[in-house]
Amino acid sequence: MSARNFMTLSFASRSENESFARVAVAAFVSQLDPTLEELTDIKTVVSEAVTNAIIHGYEGRTDGVVTVRAEIVDDNVFITVEDQGAGIEDIELARQPLYTSKPELERSGMGFTIMENFMDRVEIESELGRGTTVRLVKRIESKKALYN
Amino acid sequence: MSLHMEMEQRRRTLIVRLKGELDHHTADTVKTRMEEAILRGNVNHVVLNMKDLTFMDSSGLGVILGRYKQLSALGGKMVVCDVNPAVYRLFELSGLFKILKFEENERLALSSLEVVS
Repeated sequence: MSARNFMTLSFASRSENESFARVAVAAFVSQLDPTLEELTDIKTVVSEAVTNAIIHGYEGRTDGVVTVRAEIVDDNVFITVEDQGAGIEDIELARQPLYTSKPELERSGMGFTIMENFMDRVEIESELGRGTTVRLVKRIESKKALYN
Repeated sequence: MSLHMEMEQRRRTLIVRLKGELDHHTADTVKTRMEEAILRGNVNHVVLNMKDLTFMDSSGLGVILGRYKQLSALGGKMVVCDVNPAVYRLFELSGLFKILKFEENERLALSSLEVVS
């Protein structure tokens, strides 16, 4: 029997929803019995991706919609964070550590670097004027270790 | 889930204790309040106590880097203390651990500043 489960959340592009999104995804992932560190990793990357959607995708507008999907397939977690905002002009540049397109906002430019370090896979799909989708994958090790 | 900030000034050192979650949503308040306190209180050094900080992401790094730059321009120093492993990992990833001074707790952070001032 393949263990597959999923959930979808859509919410307004307001900064107060950042904590809601990361807590909701963490609660969903909890069923895999992750370690505290794995859970913190997931909370952090969801926070990074949702913050990017709000700041860069919708440029602070609060009437946009951010959609977060999480799917569990066996011991893998697939997370998608999607916006219909501005899109990223140069994805390679955006992925560079310490690069930020908004230095005036005191951004650290570490969002994608954190995602790449905390997750097993990070894919970015973006089209100018259409929006951005970030796909994140992480294998939760702890449950497997428990069974072996 | 939000952020609570406690500030205390001892002579020209500002102690900032963060409690809760530091993300993009809460970073603005931290920025404004610390910026003001540093300017208004004629502050030289800042001790940032992260003992009760339960979550931080790159927005937190941004606001801390911003205050570090503000203090450096004024010739001051910033000491961060009581950092949990998850938060410390972010400091490592960003390279901030190379420019900030870290201490185990507030008392050590304060005494390290007395030596320099």
